[in-house]
Amino acid sequence: MIQTIGDCLVITKRQLMQLIRVPEVVIFATIQPAMFVLLFRYVFGGAIASGVQGGYVQLLMPGIFVQTVAFTLAGTAVGLAEDMQKGLIDRFRSLPIARSAVVIGRTLGDSTQNIVTLVVMAVVGFAVGWRPSSGVFKILLAFLFLLAFGFSMSWIGVLIGLSVREARVAQNLVFISVFPLTFLSNAFAPTTGMPRVLQYFAEWNPVSTMVAACRQLFGTPNHFGATANSWPSQNPLWMSLIYMALIVGIFLPLSVRRYKHASSK
Amino acid sequence: MRGQGLAALGIVGAMKSVIAENLSKTYRNGEVKALDGLSLDVEEGTVLALLGPNGAGKTTTVRVLSTLLVPDSGHASVGGIDVVKDPDAVRQIIGLSGQYAALDETLTGWDNLTMFGRLYHLSGAATKKRATELLERFSLTDAAKRPIRTYSGGMRRRLDLAASLIIKPKVLFLDEPTTGLDPRGRMEMWGVIDELVKGGVTLLLTTQYLEEADQLADDIAVIDRGTVIARGSSDELKSQVGGERLEIVVEAEHLAEASQLVARTLGASHVNEGMRLITAPVNSGSTSLIQILRAFDEAKIHPLDIGLKRPSLDDVFISLTGHVAEEVVADDAKTAKKKGRK
Repeated sequence: MIQTIGDCLVITKRQLMQLIRVPEVVIFATIQPAMFVLLFRYVFGGAIASGVQGGYVQLLMPGIFVQTVAFTLAGTAVGLAEDMQKGLIDRFRSLPIARSAVVIGRTLGDSTQNIVTLVVMAVVGFAVGWRPSSGVFKILLAFLFLLAFGFSMSWIGVLIGLSVREARVAQNLVFISVFPLTFLSNAFAPTTGMPRVLQYFAEWNPVSTMVAACRQLFGTPNHFGATANSWPSQNPLWMSLIYMALIVGIFLPLSVRRYKHASSK
Repeated sequence: MRGQGLAALGIVGAMKSVIAENLSKTYRNGEVKALDGLSLDVEEGTVLALLGPNGAGKTTTVRVLSTLLVPDSGHASVGGIDVVKDPDAVRQIIGLSGQYAALDETLTGWDNLTMFGRLYHLSGAATKKRATELLERFSLTDAAKRPIRTYSGGMRRRLDLAASLIIKPKVLFLDEPTTGLDPRGRMEMWGVIDELVKGGVTLLLTTQYLEEADQLADDIAVIDRGTVIARGSSDELKSQVGGERLEIVVEAEHLAEASQLVARTLGASHVNEGMRLITAPVNSGSTSLIQILRAFDEAKIHPLDIGLKRPSLDDVFISLTGHVAEEVVADDAKTAKKKGRK
């Protein structure tokens, strides 16, 4: 057991070493969300009536945080698909280590990388007027929540990465599935403007419940949410926790199973 | 080593480090038969080359023996341990270097080796010591701090091999160790493998290059369509095809006359008109060569090319399988793709 944890950490360390060895990756990984913050803040911020004190950026930041950590899935999927293609997964599988170590280490590493990204975004957000008002403890809790969500999304990425044959396929698959998911939500605009069916979808979308939960923890009223008095919009914190547990509960065993039979050929 | 000791005492015969019995593996619900009753064994401290074209089942064999793939039927053991029943124990004693350099491209050579060292559960100090040793041994010390993506093909393969030697494995599997390397890289790799072999490692390597099997292996198993079709030393295999032969190329107008001359001097001759090539089996190579040259000189025929040829392993392959290795490659490209779609 202790050995397995050690093995996981070696793989996690590998993920984090990549940040040091290829700083370009971190720089681009942080420029993109920072750019999103600025674009949304100044393009949509003027057009969308937020109705909260401090303006649109207060609602935007939780939305953009959640979108960013949701895309952890992309990094995991593409990274694992590349490892498969290069035969690195074969090598790991020929080593005397637990079958779960490589995938757990990977998801831990990918979600830890989010810390850097989130810090940069928070600083940029603060610079353009984001002022969470709930107090240090709740703010930290919100970030913890975001990291946990990134970790659970990463498990979906594992299954995708180990199932596709090419990294490019993983990239496209992730993009066309996660991008709509983050927009069919309360992250950037009120859901009330959507067609009725999409409103319901947005209501139950894990991205929405996460955004609502973060807004709650940052002390911002969730003006973009509540279109119906559904349970998820009333209890976003609990609903998000349930979603995360569900995602990990389903995708972790599937991923480990997949890894056992993964083969580069 | 232990096996040799026991053998010296006369307690047991030579130990078999690798045994495969009647292995079968099909992909895509039986559509593609990768292994079809393959059996082989490798004696401790020796090198066996699995020789065959693409899609013959070489990689599948290595994947089964290195616990990456479970066979549909048959048994296999490495170091006396069953690969299906106790894969974890097998993984403790093997090293595997696959067809592609399986390394983290963004990390340095040092990072890669130390990562694998830790995954083999060496202590931090032991990992560093071993990584330093291996980098030195494979002439990669200068490149240790550079990311792998800056390495040449040959350097990658050497580091990949180093990674598979971290625990001093009892049995080493090398899957096409020189495929894709330029001639220089191949020579370097051969040198490295040769040294390993002198160090007494038990090695199973796969190759498409007949020359490579000849160069590196004690024993060669020729494999075609998922099964071993011939087994023996390079010389044994060659003798199956026959001894030396003389090959002479002449101008087209001299072909008939030259052929008669060869038949008269050496007792037999075979003519390939398209290539203007005359071949004849010979027993005493150099004497026959001199005889023929003298006869040609007297008849005022000047051969464009003349030489003695030992049968190559290519000839062996053709005579064993009835088809040229290259044809099978084209044939099995589809099979290989099918496997990919699994």
